[in-house]
Amino acid sequence: MATLEIKDLHAEVETEEGSKEILTGVNLTVRSGEIHAFMGPNGSGKSTLAYAIAGHPKYNVTSGSVLLDGEEVLEMSVDERARAGLFLAMQYPVEVPGVSMSNFLRSAATATRGEAPQVRHWVKEVKQAMSDLEIDESFSERSVNEGFSGGEKKRHEILQLDLLKPKFAILDETDSGLDVDALRVVSDGINRYTESGDKGVLLITHYTRILKHIKPDYVHVFVKGQVAESGGPELADELEESGYVRFTEKKEAAAQS
Amino acid sequence: MTESTLETSGRNGLDERDPQNSAVPPRSSRGHRFTSYDVRAFEVPGGREEDWRFTPMKRLRGLHDGSAEATGSLDVEVSGDSAVKVETVDRSDERLGTAGAPADRIAAQAWSSFTEATVVTIPKDTQAAGPVTVTVHGPGQDRIAYGHLQIRAEPLSEAVVVLDYRGSGIIGDNIEMIAEDSAQLSVVTIHDFADDATQVSSEHAYLGKDAVFRHFAASLGGDLVRVNTKVTFGDRGGDADVLGVYFADSGQHLEHRLLMDHAQPNCRSNVTYKGALQGDSARSVWIGDVLIQAAAEGTETFELNRNLVLTEGARADSVPNLEIETGEIAGAGHASAIGRFDDDQLFYLQARGIPYDQARRLVVRGFFGELLQKITVDEVRERLEAAIDKELAAVGA
Repeated sequence: MATLEIKDLHAEVETEEGSKEILTGVNLTVRSGEIHAFMGPNGSGKSTLAYAIAGHPKYNVTSGSVLLDGEEVLEMSVDERARAGLFLAMQYPVEVPGVSMSNFLRSAATATRGEAPQVRHWVKEVKQAMSDLEIDESFSERSVNEGFSGGEKKRHEILQLDLLKPKFAILDETDSGLDVDALRVVSDGINRYTESGDKGVLLITHYTRILKHIKPDYVHVFVKGQVAESGGPELADELEESGYVRFTEKKEAAAQS
Repeated sequence: MTESTLETSGRNGLDERDPQNSAVPPRSSRGHRFTSYDVRAFEVPGGREEDWRFTPMKRLRGLHDGSAEATGSLDVEVSGDSAVKVETVDRSDERLGTAGAPADRIAAQAWSSFTEATVVTIPKDTQAAGPVTVTVHGPGQDRIAYGHLQIRAEPLSEAVVVLDYRGSGIIGDNIEMIAEDSAQLSVVTIHDFADDATQVSSEHAYLGKDAVFRHFAASLGGDLVRVNTKVTFGDRGGDADVLGVYFADSGQHLEHRLLMDHAQPNCRSNVTYKGALQGDSARSVWIGDVLIQAAAEGTETFELNRNLVLTEGARADSVPNLEIETGEIAGAGHASAIGRFDDDQLFYLQARGIPYDQARRLVVRGFFGELLQKITVDEVRERLEAAIDKELAAVGA
C-alpha cells in the first residue's frame, strides 16, 4: 500500500517575460489501487503538475511538497524519482536518435528493478508487451521515438508503463491524438497495468472520452493551477454535459471578489 | 627514424604524371585555391586570412612562419597483409606529390621539409586481407617533425588502411590517398595524440575512374589538430564518403577543413562530420567546401556537420560552402547545426530511471553511433566508442 501526497504545491516556469506561476497550491492524495482522473481546460496547468512531479528542469517548484510514502520526492533527482516508483507518460515523448528502443527499455528496466533482467525472460516479456499493444517487433531496433507517429509514441509510453510497473503513473493526455482503435489498445494497456490492484494512476485528460475505457474512482477538476472541485465519476458526466464553464466562471468570480 | 615492419620493394608507381610545380594563380573563389609545392610562394599567414581566421596562430608553434625547423622525426610502423608493399623513399621519388599540391603554407612547409616518405601500395587487383595499420608516433614533446605518407590503391585493388597517430610533438605532414581506376580504398585516420601535441595535416585524396574512396577521421587528442582534406576527382564515376567525428575537451582546438573538388562528370561525394565539445575553451572548427566545376555534370553531393556542445564555455564553428558552376547536377545540399546538449532527451531517459551519467552516455553514443557504425574494422570502432565514453567520464559533471 503506497501513497502519493501532493501538498500545497506551487510551481513556476521561466518564460521570456520572466517567471510565471502556473501551479498555485495543488493538494491531492493518490493511494495505490486508485484511479484519479485529473481534468481541466487547456492552459490550466495539468501538464505542469505532471512535469513538476517528475522533476523536469524547466519547472521550478517554489513551495509545497510531494511525498511518496512519506519521502520527499522534490529532493530527489529525476532518475531517483523514477526508481522510487513514479512514472510519467508524456504527452510529447522525446526522440533520442541513435539509441535503440530495445537498448533503452533494457536500460530502464535494469535501473528501476535494480538488476539487469535475465535475457531470456526479458525478450519474452518485451515481445508479449509489444504484441499486447499491437506494436510491430521491428520497432525495437528503431531509435527511441524517432519518426514514430503520435499514436506510436503513445503506445510506446504505455509499453514502458507495462514493463516498468511503477507504483504510481501520471498519464499526461495519453489519449490525445489517438484514433478510436488506438485509444482502445492504449486503454487496455493501462487497465492491464492497474489490474494487480496495487497501482495508483493520475490520469490527466482534457476530454472524457478515455473514461469510457478506464473507470476512475475520483475525478478532479483543475482550474488555474489548483483543484477547483473533486468528486466521483459523476463529476466527469457533468463535464461531458456542460463543459468547464461552471468552474472557470466560479474561479473568475472568486478572483474578482 | 622512419621504419616499417613489412618487406619493402622497389616497384615504381604507375602514375607517371609530374607534380605540377607551376603555381596556379589565386582566385577569389574558396573552391579554386592557390597551390604550390614551394613554401616561399605563400605569405606567412597573420591569422586574419580566410584560411586561418579560426586558427589560434600562436599555438601553431611556428609551423606556419618558417621558424619551426625539424628537430625530430616521425616513427612510422606499417603492419598488415604481406601483399601490401611498404617502401621508405627519399624526396626525389617521382610518385610523391601526384595526389595534389599543398594549398597552404604549412602544407608547403611540410612538403619542403620532409626527408623520407612512406609509400604504401596495394598492388593491382589485390584485396588486402584485414586492415593495413600505419602507426605514426610523434617526435616527442616539443620536438618538431615533418612527414609524408602516400597510400596508393592500384586499379581494382581493395584495402582498408588505419592511420593511427600517437605520441607527442609538433607535426606538419602531407598525406596522399590515391584510389586508382576502380580501386576501393578506405582510410580511417585517428588523431589520438597526447595533450600537448600539435598537428597540421594536409590530406590529398585523388580518385581515378569509378574509384570508391571511404575516409573516416577521428580527432580525439592533441592541443591543436588542424586537418585539411581535399578530394580530387580525376575521372568519371568517382565515389567519396568522407566522414568524421571529433571530441574537443577543455583547451583543445580541433579543426577540419574539407574540399570536395568536382571537376569530372558523374561523381558523388558525401561529407558528414559530427563533433562534441565539453569544457572551458574547447574549440572546434569545421569548414566544408564543395566545388562543382562547369565540367562536373551529374554531380551528386551532400555535406553535413552536427555539433553537440555539452557544457558552457565550449565553442563550435561550422561553415558549409557550396559553389556550383553548372546547372546539370544530380543533387547538391548541405546542412550544419550546433546544438546544446538536449535537456529534454536527458530528462526523458532519466524519467525512466536511467541515472544521469548513463543517460548522457546513451545520448552522446547515439549521436555518434550512426557514423561509428560505418567503420568496418571492429577494433577501431570499439576503440573509438571507448574513447568517447572515456571523454565523457573525464568531465564527470
